[in-house]
Amino acid sequence: MFKSTENYIASNDLSLAVNAAIALEKPLLIKGEPGTGKTQLAEELAKSLNCKLYQWHIKSTTKAQQGLYEYDAVSRLRDSQLGDERVHDISNYIVKGKLWQAFEEEQRPILLIDEIDKADIEFPNDLLQELDKMEFFVYETQQVIKAKQRPIIIITSNNEKELPDAFLRRCFFHYIKFPTKVEMAKIIDVHHPNVKQELLKQTLEVFFDLRDISGIKKKPSTSELIDWLKLLIADDISQDVLLNKKSDIIPLFGALLKNEQDVSLLEKLAFMSRRNG
Amino acid sequence: MFIDFFITLKKHKVPCSLRELLDLIAVLKKGVVFANVEDFYNLAKIVMVKDEIHYDKYDGAFAEYFKGIESIDIFDQILPEDWLRKEFEKHLTQEEKDKLKSLGGLEQLMKTLKERLEEQKERHAGGSKWVGTGGTSPFGAYGYNPEGIRVGQDKNRNNSAVKVWDKREFKNFDQDRELGTRNIKLALKKLRKFARTGASEKLDINTTIRSTAQNGGLLDVHMEPERHNAVKVLMFFDIGGSMDDYIHTCEELFSAAHTEFKHLKFYYFHNCLYEKVWQDNNRRYQETITLDEILRTFGTDYKVIFVGDATMGPYEIVAPGGSVEHWNEKPGIDYMNRLLSHFNKVAWLNPQPEVQWPYYHSISIIQQLVNHKMYPLTVDGIGRAIKEIS
Repeated sequence: MFKSTENYIASNDLSLAVNAAIALEKPLLIKGEPGTGKTQLAEELAKSLNCKLYQWHIKSTTKAQQGLYEYDAVSRLRDSQLGDERVHDISNYIVKGKLWQAFEEEQRPILLIDEIDKADIEFPNDLLQELDKMEFFVYETQQVIKAKQRPIIIITSNNEKELPDAFLRRCFFHYIKFPTKVEMAKIIDVHHPNVKQELLKQTLEVFFDLRDISGIKKKPSTSELIDWLKLLIADDISQDVLLNKKSDIIPLFGALLKNEQDVSLLEKLAFMSRRNG
Repeated sequence: MFIDFFITLKKHKVPCSLRELLDLIAVLKKGVVFANVEDFYNLAKIVMVKDEIHYDKYDGAFAEYFKGIESIDIFDQILPEDWLRKEFEKHLTQEEKDKLKSLGGLEQLMKTLKERLEEQKERHAGGSKWVGTGGTSPFGAYGYNPEGIRVGQDKNRNNSAVKVWDKREFKNFDQDRELGTRNIKLALKKLRKFARTGASEKLDINTTIRSTAQNGGLLDVHMEPERHNAVKVLMFFDIGGSMDDYIHTCEELFSAAHTEFKHLKFYYFHNCLYEKVWQDNNRRYQETITLDEILRTFGTDYKVIFVGDATMGPYEIVAPGGSVEHWNEKPGIDYMNRLLSHFNKVAWLNPQPEVQWPYYHSISIIQQLVNHKMYPLTVDGIGRAIKEIS
């Protein structure tokens, strides 16, 4: 059973989703705002179940076939020009993909397909059969690769493209909500155990205030908050500075806001509030 | 088993198939959850719903299905008054506090609420008097009464007066809602879908040949990224007058479109298209560009999106001199037709709610003009418009 670990806080419904996916051996599709720990989930799951993790990071040029295997025709041609002995066996030039590697594990592994929405629209459709049956056919060597153990598959998406229905039907789906203040306090406690209670409360207040400002392009997320805290601790910023609403600007805001326009918006707001206050 | 539940989901338009139902039963058989409604709610959500935009519909369906089955009645007991008072005051802005006076002040409101709660024995949704969800009564959650008091609509989960599925936290994700900060992002993704049609690599033959030759005949393959499909977009924004109400929405749409399209040109107009449009609203009288020039400059492959409420006097479209700002020689309809005959793909986004369209004569004129390619400025509407012009 998957639960929160010592450095990862999983909400109840998230651990339920993971457990259901494990029980029924179905891929689990995770969506959520950037920085809510989607990718980290797979890493923590691997740690807590003590099994091997294969990470397949998807780029815009990634093809489904690359997850299965690739036939390296170029090096075979090169070898043939050089008269290498290996050239007679085609299997020397089959490069195993992440899916294949995961299928070969004796112990049930975890396969993370990260940011599946980055790929071409047809990408998920090309993986339907492989995810369903957990087997595929290698044309070059005429062999069928079948999973020894159905791997636990975690798929993350940032919602950049819509995924096809046929693919969705084969997955379980969970949307990670942005954590509440209470959950957020727990998460921070895990990452920075010795943050003073007061300081923590106040940073959270500043943080959620910042998220509430309408017009901000990229709202700061959990991972940014954690970075910011790190900086605050390193800088030994006192509570007074943090809470002094009249002071011009949030200290070290660069960790929270990643967008020029957001920063200038914040500066404008700070300027206005100083004039009003 | 759960067939009624499944049918209720279907009734609420949650897209799910028999396969999901079988999965749900299989998971329950494995004993992942047992005899806990809240867990069941979460589990069924994981199995049955595949997109967060359907979460709200799911919550609605779940509430309906479990209304009869649920044994706990949330209004069994009266909520402690001091807790309620504290909650209210936290939520009220000065403006709202002033509005409260319309109901005789907080004291009066509290008294009425208490009476209502005593009268009311069952959980309630909709309607205009009882405490519940989605109604217009001053009490309850998610209602539309500006003087309303939110009961248990707090983010804090400890106040479990309202069930999870009654909280309807995912209302924002529903596609038919108006655009919000998050929703605009979703709409933006839709635009992206048609701006890029997938990326892939292809063989760079020239470089491959050259470097293979340099390599002494040993093959050296070079790849180059395939060119992205560059969609060209021309946007016309209605500005001023009745559009002032929608400035925020239009700004969001504009910034979304701006980041999405490499080839984006935008111009402003007022109410109806006439002989001139402009690009900088501050200098709208000094720096204008004529419609002729636009038709000369941009090829027919540009996709045209109008953003406007199309709400005006009908004469502003059909009569010469109908413009409220200047004397136009020809009626607006002439200029519209010229533009429409030049560009092949045109869509009109209207920030007015779709249900109100029939009440404006000018909207139906414009609708006929653009061949009924007018869509509401919602996530769903943008999606439809994009589909139409892509």
